[in-house]
Amino acid sequence: MIGIIDYKAGNLTSVARALHYLGEPCEVTDDPGILDSCDRIIFPGVGAAGEAMVNLRSQGLDLRLREWVASGKPTLGICLGTQVIFERSEENDAVCLGIVPGSVQRFPGDLKDREGRFLKIPHIGWNHVEFPRSHPVFKDLPAAAEFYFVHSYYPAPADDRWVIGWTDYGLRFCAAIAHENLVAVQFHPEKSGAPGLQILANFCRWEGNDAQ
Amino acid sequence: MLSKRIIPCLDVRDGKLTKGIKFKGNIDIGDPVEAAREYYEQGADEIVFYDITASSDARNIMLDVVRRVAETIFIPFSVGGGIRSVEDMRAVILAGAEKISINSEAVKNPVLIDEGAKAFGNQCVVLGMDVKKVAIRPEIPSGYEIVIHGGRIYTGRDALQWAKEGESRGAGEICLNSIDADGTQEGYEIELTRLVSSQVRIPVIASGGAGKAEHLLDVLNDGQADAALIASIVHYRTHTIQDLKTYLNGHGVKVRMQW
Repeated sequence: MIGIIDYKAGNLTSVARALHYLGEPCEVTDDPGILDSCDRIIFPGVGAAGEAMVNLRSQGLDLRLREWVASGKPTLGICLGTQVIFERSEENDAVCLGIVPGSVQRFPGDLKDREGRFLKIPHIGWNHVEFPRSHPVFKDLPAAAEFYFVHSYYPAPADDRWVIGWTDYGLRFCAAIAHENLVAVQFHPEKSGAPGLQILANFCRWEGNDAQ
Repeated sequence: MLSKRIIPCLDVRDGKLTKGIKFKGNIDIGDPVEAAREYYEQGADEIVFYDITASSDARNIMLDVVRRVAETIFIPFSVGGGIRSVEDMRAVILAGAEKISINSEAVKNPVLIDEGAKAFGNQCVVLGMDVKKVAIRPEIPSGYEIVIHGGRIYTGRDALQWAKEGESRGAGEICLNSIDADGTQEGYEIELTRLVSSQVRIPVIASGGAGKAEHLLDVLNDGQADAALIASIVHYRTHTIQDLKTYLNGHGVKVRMQW
């Protein structure tokens, strides 16, 4: 069973729908007992970091999430879920979970493309992710695969060794991290067509611990 | 770099497509869920549903369509038409849409943009704008006026100013529809698109007028659009989305080619 953490951050049902489509049993819940019994955790979310942290704390899920990650339960962060695992976010100047060293920063307002035109923020749409090394959760993806992003803030890990996916949007930013049994992506695999479903399917089969 | 998006738009009334869409062997498909699946498989980057259902009791039919679409396709989709309140937005989002598009209702009640952005995040709120070219006058300095109710009512609002206001109120994207070009299949309103896209910092989806692949090339390059909305050009099987993308890719536009 895969537990999808419900912390009132946007619509969490799209991840559940994608897992149903893949035939993977899952439950969207805020019940720590149920999440404890799940063998994998997905931590999704859409919205603002500050509010997300308030909700996580009020439900006691912040401490539990740290425990699950520390205990080696395979965990997948998505979008806002990925952002709040860092130490802090420039969005609402929020203190976050601190599971991964580093911060979450806003795309600078003066980002330009190669023609010198200002880039739009949020970064909305499909973009390429470069995976510098292989990882079980990111296997069997077409070389030219693109993924759906929608965000104004991006993760900036303290250590590049945690980065498993890079994306270019006026600057090169971290689109995916992998460390021990934790994998986290800034894009939305549940909205990225077949390559995104492949990542979710890989995660559902991943036993963890073979990240480099 | 970010790809330009190609977005088919489906008009839905009482849970059915308003125009038959001719797929494989000229079979008329009236089911929006099947049409969405077909476009998803052709490589659509996103899908827009526009609900033109007149009566409010038929709204639940649309919500059922949204739920079925959300179980079938795994790309973003938005729903517009008849959304008058945050509660309407919530119902559509909980049914599975990523985004809601508000148009006439936002003109009548601009706070709806702020409320939607606050409740669901800016990325959920698409400001739809129907625009007509008019003579420049003091209250319409851009020469483009916002119209509502399918172009029947002139609002006295300048299109560029409204776009900027929508952005500052929290819209995450603008879907810019030229009423003059809409349905002509003679090309997008390039000047209007460039004007708005170059002066707001949120993505602009160009809408209205696509009849040939070159039209998409023009609006994505000269018009500086971030995405192109298409309807008849794919509904009548003049082109598939894949054909259009192959053409754009061959002309140097970055589009998503693998799905």
